[in-house]
Amino acid sequence: MSGNDFTRAPESPRTDPADGFPRGLWRAMDRYPPPGARGIAGRWRSPLRGPWLTSVYGAVLLAGLPLVIITGLLDYAAYSPQFGQAFPGDVGWLRLPPFDWPTRPSWLFRVTQGLHVTLGIILIPVVLAKLWSVIPKLFDWPPARSLAQVLERLSLLLLVGGILFQIGTGLLNIQYAYLFGFDFYTAHYFGAWVFTAAFVVHVALRLPRLVSALRSRPLRRELHTPTIRPEPPDPDGLVPARPDTATISRRGALTLVGGLSVLLAALTVGQTLDGVWRRTALLLPRGRQPGEGPNGFPVNRSAAAAGVQMTDGWRLTVRGKDREVTLGRAQLLAMRQHTVRLPIGCVEGWSTLQTWTGVRLRDLAALVGVSAPDSAHVRSLERAGLFNQATLQANQVLDGDSLLALRVNGADLSLDHGYPARVIVPALPGVHCTKWVADITFRSDA
Amino acid sequence: MRELSARFRTGYGSSPRHLLLVVGAFAVTAWIVLRLAGEPTAGRMLLWFVGAAVAHDFVLFPVYALADRTLRRTVDARRAAPRSRPSVLNHVRFPALASGLLFLVYLPGILRQGRDTYLAATGLHRQSYLTRWLLVSAALFLLSGAWYVLRRARPRQGSRQDSSG
Repeated sequence: MSGNDFTRAPESPRTDPADGFPRGLWRAMDRYPPPGARGIAGRWRSPLRGPWLTSVYGAVLLAGLPLVIITGLLDYAAYSPQFGQAFPGDVGWLRLPPFDWPTRPSWLFRVTQGLHVTLGIILIPVVLAKLWSVIPKLFDWPPARSLAQVLERLSLLLLVGGILFQIGTGLLNIQYAYLFGFDFYTAHYFGAWVFTAAFVVHVALRLPRLVSALRSRPLRRELHTPTIRPEPPDPDGLVPARPDTATISRRGALTLVGGLSVLLAALTVGQTLDGVWRRTALLLPRGRQPGEGPNGFPVNRSAAAAGVQMTDGWRLTVRGKDREVTLGRAQLLAMRQHTVRLPIGCVEGWSTLQTWTGVRLRDLAALVGVSAPDSAHVRSLERAGLFNQATLQANQVLDGDSLLALRVNGADLSLDHGYPARVIVPALPGVHCTKWVADITFRSDA
Repeated sequence: MRELSARFRTGYGSSPRHLLLVVGAFAVTAWIVLRLAGEPTAGRMLLWFVGAAVAHDFVLFPVYALADRTLRRTVDARRAAPRSRPSVLNHVRFPALASGLLFLVYLPGILRQGRDTYLAATGLHRQSYLTRWLLVSAALFLLSGAWYVLRRARPRQGSRQDSSG
């Protein structure tokens, strides 16, 4: 070992105490630090930092982030990637095994995407606190003493860059500020996989340390301790050599971070609620109620933006294998009507529960002689736009609550909500509940 | 065999499992990089990815650490008052931190970013949430201040948290 060992942080317990290959390089770096590198080491003074506190934040993230990852992947599956209508399209093996997105429970998508966005936001203070707790490690000199440490540091760039990239793009997307200038779906989807890969590695390498650190001081006892003594010196060098006077206890720090999470939760959940509760999402776009009355619930794409106007001569074209029918609104209203209370939600995390009335999709299929449809292709009057058409799976067409809706909450649909007619299917992402429907083609292989 | 494993450990600096894991993560990343290399905006994505880490570590962290240090100095300097009084430090620090966090998280609404996409998506004109954010921040400071006054009214209980070290 080199002579000036006392200046550097102790090695992690997993790595060999001796320098790895190429030894000369690490020693030379140790001997000739850049100006200021040694000075920084002594300036980390917070008596809060230590493996226990880091591990508590780590444990919360270990419990929460997998939920965010899985609900994100489920949201992708909800777009029926088998029809090539999930974005990004070509993801190779980086997806869940293919399956038909169910229609039951009808709140499934509302919950998966609501959880993805809300939990993602709630965890932001924990992520920032975790980064704060380990930031001295970033400035360690030499930055590595073996190839293993070089590689692990690179994987940490993927981990930290990954989580911050996901948080940043996600937050901008749900608030409609596309400042980044690249495709959100592509970036957020693949960013998630880069992060997930680095996360798995980090957990696999650090879990034993997390467990031992958590065992070193029982959480319950710590939560009853208002005192502020630093943790004992640790092999990772998180505990400062010369701790400053404490201004907050570990209990206080956890309360603060938890409080910030609660604050964010309180200002976010409103976008998944109806009535006055929606307004509690004070700082989010979906905290606003657009007007009063039966159509006074959030719109996802306005008719003006879609370039759709009110027309009198609208007729719906319904196609089967070898039959085609066109129907006006009056004819549709004369068919058997079905009323159902269904949520509609967006991948941006907001949702709303409304009462829809219209014709069952399976009745329309029967009208053109398709009793067992394999899929249905729905097209909108909207000319351009990523979601001016959608393909529905067999289970989505056949569900008794899947409608071509004509009315909502007892009134005609407003133009912004899809007048003359829109699709509503249980647990289907809102953008696939096509508005301003022009034609439906029922397909069957039989 | 054991000797080989020991030599690997010394040379590499950790176990073969360690190498396998990190190489696995790099393989996934490399596949994604190759997949995205053809996208015209690939460079921007990379910039935002690395930029996010850099912005946190070398901008956000130094800024809030420095702000906190300044706040501490100011509070310490003005604290000639008897020690039995609770420190005002955390009563400024907590709401300030909360307000800063809210600003970062809900920044597009507060600064009215993305007006056109907002209008297209919601059918509504984007209002500025700046006033709302200021009001929420003011409420947090007020709450924290009220709590401080309560603590001062019961000095013995309140001072315990600050004095030990």
